[in-house]
Amino acid sequence: MFELLGIPPQALFGQLLLGLINGAFYAMLSLGLAVIFGLLNVINFTHGAQYMMGAFAAWMLLNYLGVPFWGALVIAPVIVAIIGMVIERTLLRRLYNLDHLYGLLLTFGLALIFEGLFRRQYGSSGLPYNNPLPGGTNLGFMFLPNYRAFVVVASLVVCFATWFVIERTKLGSYLRAATERPDLVQAFGIDVPRMITLTYGFGVGLAALAGVLAAPAYQVSPTMGSNLIIVVFAVVVIGGMGSIMGAILTGFGLGVVEGLTKVFYPEASSTVIFVIMAIVLMVKPAGLFGTAK
Amino acid sequence: MRFAAILLAATSLVGIGVAQAADPVPVKIGVLNDQSGLYADLGGPGSVWAAKKAVEDFGAAAKGLKVEVIAADHQNKADVGTSIARKWYDTEGVDVILDTPNSGVALAVSGVTQEKNKVFINSGAATSDLTGKACTPNTVHWTYDTWALANGTGKAIVKTGGDTWFFLTADYAFGHALERDTSKVVVDNGGKVVGSVKVPLNNADFSSFLLQAQSSKAKIIGLANAGGDTINSIKQASEYGIVEGGQKLAGLLIFLTDVHSLGLKTAQGLNLTSAWYWDQTDANRKFADEFAKANGGRRPTMVQAGVYSGVLHYLKAVEALKSAKDGAAVVAEMKKIPTDDPLFGKGEVRADGRHIHPMYLYEVKKPSESKGPWDYYILKATIPANEAFRPLSESDCPLVKKG
Repeated sequence: MFELLGIPPQALFGQLLLGLINGAFYAMLSLGLAVIFGLLNVINFTHGAQYMMGAFAAWMLLNYLGVPFWGALVIAPVIVAIIGMVIERTLLRRLYNLDHLYGLLLTFGLALIFEGLFRRQYGSSGLPYNNPLPGGTNLGFMFLPNYRAFVVVASLVVCFATWFVIERTKLGSYLRAATERPDLVQAFGIDVPRMITLTYGFGVGLAALAGVLAAPAYQVSPTMGSNLIIVVFAVVVIGGMGSIMGAILTGFGLGVVEGLTKVFYPEASSTVIFVIMAIVLMVKPAGLFGTAK
Repeated sequence: MRFAAILLAATSLVGIGVAQAADPVPVKIGVLNDQSGLYADLGGPGSVWAAKKAVEDFGAAAKGLKVEVIAADHQNKADVGTSIARKWYDTEGVDVILDTPNSGVALAVSGVTQEKNKVFINSGAATSDLTGKACTPNTVHWTYDTWALANGTGKAIVKTGGDTWFFLTADYAFGHALERDTSKVVVDNGGKVVGSVKVPLNNADFSSFLLQAQSSKAKIIGLANAGGDTINSIKQASEYGIVEGGQKLAGLLIFLTDVHSLGLKTAQGLNLTSAWYWDQTDANRKFADEFAKANGGRRPTMVQAGVYSGVLHYLKAVEALKSAKDGAAVVAEMKKIPTDDPLFGKGEVRADGRHIHPMYLYEVKKPSESKGPWDYYILKATIPANEAFRPLSESDCPLVKKG
């Protein structure tokens, strides 16, 4: 029996796995942000609120309509994405030609409004959502709940699919072209405004999907998004704004780093990501995977 | 013309006379708590309602007091809390600050209150330091504290065989105090503390910490945290099969709203210590019904009931003194007259500022035993007032004279 840095290897493997699970949430949320920023040039501060709305949509579907978790996994993101697309059409669209700051202020304000509305209605301490996959597997070094295993797999699938669509398909190439030269792409007969609306809806849907996945693991509460979103922004900055692969890899990577901090020096676990962010910004201001424009 | 002038002078004199005869004693109550974060449901707007209700039930206007209640959100930040307290005391004429959960903020506000010679009646915060080494002649701690929680839940668990403990501790003044006080109870009763981990406040994912607790092999995992943190740790402990594995959770501070959030399915069987439960006496139920009517059907927590009871006692002292201006004098009066109100019954405010009353040990009902939302607790034991709080002989409060 050897020990690594004073921690038995069993515990270490367990913590690595837990880090991956948390990283799965970071990855999915930062992926949505990266897609929206990469293609729309909007810093979507409503992302945390949309994640929260995804969780609440799942809760409402279950409690008001009796739709179980697996149904909510599909329906809730669609509902939240539609709300997102309405926001894009009616509000965000007016700000594309202005400075980033305006989009940031608008989305930040919207986030506060959504959070306030849910708090008014449901209180701040949250609502219970039962685990759809109770039980777990004993891996020898740790007890892995079935649901957490499902979260990691689902998140990997979604992340890979998104990366594949954007980087390796024709649709993705249109999207990427539209961000570089929207006028030229439009000249080829592609409806760029609609593509942007759908892209925003997709990014928002990703946030909502993460929210649905979070509902059984955490508490469904109005502030769940604002607690997480700051970390996710740090993840996006470290990965490089707008870089799809960067968002995914840093999401999982930082989840692991944070998980290890929780063992070695738990008091710092809520700050370690920001320390890394500061270091990365000093050494590589465009982020680990970003390219300076 | 001359007549008119005389008349004018006369009316103005009468005017002054009337104003003097009916000049009510102005009292301004500030409820300073978490209005929007993780502690908002257990205090928050409900505490503001409770303070206003107490003013109304006291019949302040008929007794010559002109009472105004205002509120603010301290966002769980000590700097925000103290700057609001200073502004209230310096420029807005606030005489007393109520509630103030979050021990870190409470200790800071207590300091400001002493400096300005006002009154601080705390219901929401837990740290026993408020009436211990940080006690002041201006602070009264009303509802509960970490010593009482440790003495209630901690002792009960050690006595039933839970003698090895691992703590998950919220990393600020409250968690540290709760861990300290509970460890002492565990050790004094023949148990052992095998480890602890300090978790940042408002943490969403406890799995890593739970895993550490699991590998410690302690029989009891003590949750020295509160609100959303407690909810998430209990929920995730059930996910990781901690209880099936033979370890038990001890929620050291669990509020009614936490049980509501968890749902009985997850929370059933938990032991907890509380100063007050709405479904225990007719007076409590009456208060709870009125509370529910005004607060969207929610039932009050012990913190909100404590705000109500604290305001009543404060107003009694102000009525006796006919002035709210000298904070230390008001608190001295509060210590002089015995406490007596519908929710907390008869008791006293001790020399160290501690309000003394019985505490109760409850168990959370099984879903099958509950009649519906908010019907959650079964009374297991009553801890009499003279045993519920830290005895003065153990106090490190400088106000307490040691014989």
